[in-house]
Amino acid sequence: MKAKYRFLLAICVLGLLMTGPFVVTSFLVWVDMKEAERLMLTELLLSRLPVGTMMTMFGFAIGVAVLHKLFKQYVEGLLRMAEKLRLMLSANRNFRVTMEGPPEVQQLASAANDLAQQRDVLMDDVDSQIARAKASVEEEKNRLAALMSELAQAVVVCNLDGRILLYNNRARLQFKALAQGPTSVSGGALIGLGRSIHSILEKSQVEHAQEVIHQRLVAGKTAISNFITTTRGGQLLRVQMVPVMAPGADGEATMSGFVLTVENITRSLEQEARRDQVLHSLTEGSRAALGNIRAAVGNLIDYPDMEPELRERFLCVVADEAATMSQRLDQTMLEFSDSMKTRWPLEDMLAIDVIAAAQRRIDDKLKLATKTEELDDALWIKADSFSLVFALVFLASRLQDHYAPRELRFRLTSEGKLAYLDLIWAGPAMSSETFYTWEMDTMQIGSEASPLSLRDVIDRHGGEIWYQREKAAHRAFFRFVLPVATPKIEAEAEDRKRGSGRPEYYDFDLFNFADKSIDLDRKLSDLTYTVFDTETTGLEPSKGDEIIQIGAARIVNNRLLSQEIFDQIVDPEIPLKPESIPIHGITEDMVRGKPNIDIILPAFHEFCEDTVLIAHNAAFDMRFLQLKEERTGLRFSQPVLDTLLLSAVVHPNQESHKLDVILERLGISIETRHNALEDAIATGEVFLKLVPLLEELGIVTVRQALEASEKTYFARIKY
Amino acid sequence: MAHKILIVDDEPNIVISLEFLMKKEGFEVAVATDGEEALAKVAAFNPDLLLLDVMMPKKSGFEVCEALRADPTRSGLLIVMLTAKGRDTEVAKGLAIGADAYVTKPFSTKELVVKVKEMLGVA
Repeated sequence: MKAKYRFLLAICVLGLLMTGPFVVTSFLVWVDMKEAERLMLTELLLSRLPVGTMMTMFGFAIGVAVLHKLFKQYVEGLLRMAEKLRLMLSANRNFRVTMEGPPEVQQLASAANDLAQQRDVLMDDVDSQIARAKASVEEEKNRLAALMSELAQAVVVCNLDGRILLYNNRARLQFKALAQGPTSVSGGALIGLGRSIHSILEKSQVEHAQEVIHQRLVAGKTAISNFITTTRGGQLLRVQMVPVMAPGADGEATMSGFVLTVENITRSLEQEARRDQVLHSLTEGSRAALGNIRAAVGNLIDYPDMEPELRERFLCVVADEAATMSQRLDQTMLEFSDSMKTRWPLEDMLAIDVIAAAQRRIDDKLKLATKTEELDDALWIKADSFSLVFALVFLASRLQDHYAPRELRFRLTSEGKLAYLDLIWAGPAMSSETFYTWEMDTMQIGSEASPLSLRDVIDRHGGEIWYQREKAAHRAFFRFVLPVATPKIEAEAEDRKRGSGRPEYYDFDLFNFADKSIDLDRKLSDLTYTVFDTETTGLEPSKGDEIIQIGAARIVNNRLLSQEIFDQIVDPEIPLKPESIPIHGITEDMVRGKPNIDIILPAFHEFCEDTVLIAHNAAFDMRFLQLKEERTGLRFSQPVLDTLLLSAVVHPNQESHKLDVILERLGISIETRHNALEDAIATGEVFLKLVPLLEELGIVTVRQALEASEKTYFARIKY
Repeated sequence: MAHKILIVDDEPNIVISLEFLMKKEGFEVAVATDGEEALAKVAAFNPDLLLLDVMMPKKSGFEVCEALRADPTRSGLLIVMLTAKGRDTEVAKGLAIGADAYVTKPFSTKELVVKVKEMLGVA
């Protein structure tokens, strides 16, 4: 029953209570009375009735007033409080009941507020614990990713479908080097979060390796599988697969993905083949010549009384074959000297890094000052840095013991394929015997001993060492001769620039995210997107304007991956319009000699595979792509979302939906703009901000977003 | 009657030694310097034993050996293969296609003579 009705009922009851006893008593008395008494009473009462009624009415009014007051305070007040408590329960945690009404109600309110306070403290505690746990998980993930990115091996983690969840920088560089076509175009495009590993490694081989691991798991053996595969470009990769185990529903660990370590063995295999060739040429190649010599010599010994003419001929054979063998030996050494030296695994490194390490150790261990003289800081050597640094510090300690030089100096020069690392000191001449013992003794620095001698270290490097005096300067030096290495192409500098902030090479949420195909009824936040932008010679594609730049980035799992990018200038093969140059900042010099659209479009098509396209004012960019369909035979048939239209959906009453205006409206600050890649990234940021705003309007799926876009005014503009 | 030996090798520096050696040991010797000549000489000279080099122009020692073993009238012909290839796979191949002995270079002339005599039963 509603409070109002109960109030009315209460008033009725009050009325009855005030009149009821009098009326009933009067009635009983009346029934009991005689006729004369009744007349007398009527007379008595009638004359005083107004006073009685007045008094009753007055009493009733007071009663109603009291009742009303009580109702207001205890019923309605409590009801109001209940509403507020509900509010505190759901919508607004920080709301508190106001202290009003009678003391009892106020006490209740105060108790409720205290409870709420207690609850808030608990909830805050839980929240902060969750946040802490999340942060530590995030930190662990970041640490793992950072660790992986520093690994010298190429590592790729995939889920069971072969979708990439994590890869490190080395993997990116390695696969970039394998990429087909102009590497600047599809550079790193093949590898990317959520992309399939099968585009890089043969699917059947990956699946076979998974099968092997399964069998090994069942058999209780170490779950590991190796295979060697050839890439499309003819490179040989050695791949090792280990499973990622996750606890299943029944508590049993099941394979939920796999880790691949990939090594390009083309070069080492070539080296091995060369070494094999040397061995072959030295053994098999010598057999025939040696056989001839031996037979001739055998005859000479066994038949000493042969005619002089024959003896002469046999001697000729010996001389002839010996000469042939010497020549072969020389030639082999010349050809294969490189491959014969590198027995010990040596690392390519900057020579100055070795010197810097040695300087630190000398300062630390021997408290001896070091300086550097001429240093070729671009010199790469093949070295085992640990033993080499140990050898340098060992020599420094011997010098300190024998000659107590005030300081040591390092010098680094090169000549052809040889690097010279000199350790210089000022002091008296040393005898060659002393140096000989230094060279042959096992090395010791203080309490630290090495099983190697200086000579061993030198041999290990296929190098040499000698002692030399600079008489004029009254000083001497040890010269280490080491093999020069050809520096590897390190594309990292360019990549680091973009890679500020946390590494984006992983996304473990993809573990549970097998299907990446485009389904229009999937949530906007679940899909993989390519945000792109083009710069063009002009605004009229149908009148011959051409694309001169394409920039794109990927959005995977609601994250804009600014490292998985496509950034390419295109030669339009028509003159640029002078008036457009200030807009896109691309000049004739920049486009000439770049690949044309026939080369770029297939690479871009590959980059966009299996993703929804996003562009700002997409109709314009799509028109350019569509006009090339016939020529390249490539159709961009995936769904296209337009941030201009989506912005119009979210803010229908705003006048402008230019990219700059939207960026400002959504509070996104982008450093530089107006090249295709930067605009693409800005568009991506806009899209990510629009997704939750669209959700508020009930636009959750791609299909809904497409339908809503179509209904906006801007959708009617045609190019 | 002296046994007849045909020496088949394309390298004059070994032929000279082998020829001298075998003659000194009292054999009748003929020389062929490639595979085809070897087959012709076998027909003309009718040797008891062949010293056959593997690596030769035109026809390799293996081919010569196979051709001879395919001819039933030559079943008594002894074949000693001489080779500068020491791999055990090649030794196995030589013996499998019908060589009676396989000698890798370099070899001792004394031992070769002993082996040849043994095979011809004149030890």
